[in-house]
Amino acid sequence: MTATALKKEMDTMAEQTTKTWQKVCTKADLVEFSGVAAWIETADGPAQVAIFYLPGLRQGKDHELYALDHFDPFSKANVIARGIVGDLKGAAVVASPIYKQHFRLEDGQCLEDESVKLRAWKIEFKGDEVWVEG
Amino acid sequence: MSSPKTAAPEQLIIIGNGMVGHHLVEQLVDNGALERYQVTVFGEERHRAYDRVHLSEYFSGRDADSLALCEADYYTVSGVELRTGEAVIEIDRNAQEVVTDQGRYPYDRLVLATGSFPFVPPIPGNDRDGCLVYRTLDDLDAIQAAAENATTGVVVGGGLLGLEAANALRGLNLDTAVVEFASRLMPMQVDNEGGELLREKIEALGVQVLTERATQRIEDGEASRHRMVFQDDKVLETDLIVFSAGIRPRDQLARDCGLEIGERGGVVVDNQCLTNDPAILAIGEVALWNQSIFGLVAPGYQMAKTALSTLTEGDIQFGGADMSTKLKLLGVDVGSIGDAHGTQNPGARMFRYLDPIKQEYRKLVVSSDGKKLLGAMLVGDNGVYDTLLQYYSNGIELPAEPASLILPQSSGAAPTLGPGALPETATICSCHNVTKGDICATIDGGAVDLGGVKGATKASTGCGGCTALLKSVVDHELEARGVEVDKSICEHFAHTRQGLYDIVRVEGIKTFTDLIEKHGNADTHRLGCDICKPAVASILASCFNEPITDAAHIPLQDTNDTFMANMQKNGTYSVVPRVAGGEITPDKLIALGEVANKYSLYSKVTGGQRIDLFGARLEDLPDIWSELIAAGFETGHAYGKSLRTVKSCVGSTWCRYGVQDSVGMAIQLENRYKGLRSPHKIKFGVSGCTRECAEAQSKDIGIIATENGWNLYVCGNGGMRPRHAELFATDLDDEQLYRTIDRFLMFYVRTADRLQRTSVWRENLDGGLEYLKEVILEDSLGINDELERQMQTVVDTYQCEWADAISDPEKLKRFRSFVNDDRPDPSIIMTSERGQLRPA
Repeated sequence: MTATALKKEMDTMAEQTTKTWQKVCTKADLVEFSGVAAWIETADGPAQVAIFYLPGLRQGKDHELYALDHFDPFSKANVIARGIVGDLKGAAVVASPIYKQHFRLEDGQCLEDESVKLRAWKIEFKGDEVWVEG
Repeated sequence: MSSPKTAAPEQLIIIGNGMVGHHLVEQLVDNGALERYQVTVFGEERHRAYDRVHLSEYFSGRDADSLALCEADYYTVSGVELRTGEAVIEIDRNAQEVVTDQGRYPYDRLVLATGSFPFVPPIPGNDRDGCLVYRTLDDLDAIQAAAENATTGVVVGGGLLGLEAANALRGLNLDTAVVEFASRLMPMQVDNEGGELLREKIEALGVQVLTERATQRIEDGEASRHRMVFQDDKVLETDLIVFSAGIRPRDQLARDCGLEIGERGGVVVDNQCLTNDPAILAIGEVALWNQSIFGLVAPGYQMAKTALSTLTEGDIQFGGADMSTKLKLLGVDVGSIGDAHGTQNPGARMFRYLDPIKQEYRKLVVSSDGKKLLGAMLVGDNGVYDTLLQYYSNGIELPAEPASLILPQSSGAAPTLGPGALPETATICSCHNVTKGDICATIDGGAVDLGGVKGATKASTGCGGCTALLKSVVDHELEARGVEVDKSICEHFAHTRQGLYDIVRVEGIKTFTDLIEKHGNADTHRLGCDICKPAVASILASCFNEPITDAAHIPLQDTNDTFMANMQKNGTYSVVPRVAGGEITPDKLIALGEVANKYSLYSKVTGGQRIDLFGARLEDLPDIWSELIAAGFETGHAYGKSLRTVKSCVGSTWCRYGVQDSVGMAIQLENRYKGLRSPHKIKFGVSGCTRECAEAQSKDIGIIATENGWNLYVCGNGGMRPRHAELFATDLDDEQLYRTIDRFLMFYVRTADRLQRTSVWRENLDGGLEYLKEVILEDSLGINDELERQMQTVVDTYQCEWADAISDPEKLKRFRSFVNDDRPDPSIIMTSERGQLRPA
């Protein structure tokens, strides 16, 4: 087994085994129809996550809660939670507050540049508490 | 292998870099003639070609660069050699060379575009100091310099150019008189009745009009520098004299080299613009065609096109030109079409309409059978000019009662000839010779709006007189093709910003949610987007002025408004407290310094006379502002599409030249309009005298002190597309100034597009500055009371957004780096440069 293959297998195992759900904050910390930033510790180290709360939007595949990387790959600053939330061509999006690229809340895909994608984190309410898997 | 085309290029020399000479260069460039010709242009003046039609705007703020007909590098980029400041002194036809004081230049073909010079009557004393002409930018500089120490000015000549010169002298604050040899003003264009009306209107503006005066001599004056003595020994004293008694072709070079010259001057040309030497052409005001000199720009452009054709073996012929003109002189409309005097068509019938109260005069010259319009004359109102010109130039049959065309309409609307009624051959833009057919072809070729048509045809980019007509033709043709121009702000609303504004105001809608439920497009998620949300946030704030950080409004805001600071590239913010008028006490300066030190903020003085503190972390903003507010500061709205600053010079309090307290006025204005949310940012400037140290004419609102009050300028801009503000109203007192600005700003807020600065708004406004004056100064829409009330509401409900936010723990919740952790964002790294911190 080569070193690369070994590392890959270990990474896969780590992902499978160490991703855990963790409590981040409560509903009162969120801002309706907008974003806040959270700090989470994961097996791969700390991460900054942008959490968006769209109350009342729960038809079909749309949720009330979304979490994406807080890091904006275009400006290389941690600002995504401070963008404007909206919808474009049927998808909920956030616009980077710096250079205005749109990222799909569902999966983090950048609409202006196919090669750029933010990580999308699993997130849900447990009662009034907000939980993220990371 | 070489082909004939790569043989040495032929040398083409153009003498003269005026409007017509420049137009020829453009034609050569655009039509690929540079493959064949190497072109050299000689311009005697320092400046490259500029717009002489709008020369008088030089005194209302436009400079040589903004009057220039092309970018500074146009000639270089195009591969044409332009030699400005180099006068041709001789044409050597035997050697085929032109001679300047710098050398001899060979030519294969030569074009004379030397234009004309102002005729100065041979009056003894006409060469005294302060006796000037009005033709070039250098002439204008000389007039301006002479006006500095003058209080009175006289223009000799009451024709078109004379009245323009009179307007310029008035603009320089001189007591102005016009002296005309004939019995009325503008004798070429109007008859006695029209001339009398024109005189009344011009005298009402404070310009003295003296007709039937032949100046015998000019000598030393007693009270003023000069005394003009007339034929009846009456005298007129003045400090400054401008001769504007007609133009003469500049044909000396042609005379000297033996070209055929007309009896009264002008280089004789044929239909191809060729002189009697087939190597030499002449175009523009130096050319005499069929015994006529054409002193307008449109025929000159047609000659330039003819010259291009002749130089490239085309078959375009010059066949004379229509001399109809529409002018606004000293604010008075004058129009003249075809045979306006009715003297060239025996048997012609005339209709006249004179309204001595409204001071309007209209005359029609109609063929004896009453079916065709042969000419027309308008004084006081050019409203029907476009329609009459179409009847005239297209030979459209007149209505059964031709007089109906010049009688006042009971509805108040001018009887327009609809764009659909015009034939394909109708000329819409005479400067660039664009017909209705050309416009239709452009639209069929893919142009989808006015801008596209203008770009493709150049229509209405010359004198601009056809702007309204062009728009109506384009709109009509687009509509006829079923094109519906989508002006929706974004996919969530099928409305423009203006439409949304009206809905909000009329229905009293106070939240975005309400608005999108009632008026949003159903096939979206109705979340809005980063286009419509900030636009609606701004509209709601303009109308109701509720704090932008209220729960209902906060998700609509851009990050800058959300956190009431300006986001920089590394995610930190800059903080700019208001420093009204740029006036700041030493204690406040110290307080700013202390805050900057405590929070390690990079400090820089802004162009708007305040201090910008950079590098503030999100979580520090509330503490920073608590300290600033305690020191007496309030928010500066540097983050908002709202009033930014009112820049001022120090004014009469300290300055020995100041005539008003510009700082005091700047503070008043800044405090009045602070917090007003608008389609884009708004900047003011207030100068205490005409030296204009506050650069007010580069602002949205510029105010310049006069002896009697304040002059108001509007719609200026610095930045990427600089635009001088235009003079809007003069000598206002303080109250009038506030009221006028109230109305102006609210009208802008009400009608502009999103993120449209006042300068662009103004350029897109149908009817332009005149329309704006009618609405704001004359209340033509009857909305001024409402605009003033609305502004008063905004003024009365002002509160400092930062003071509001720091007193509300709920609003401060957002100012946390992380909802679940107090640590600052560790990825923000600073480094030191010149003693301050900056992003690493």
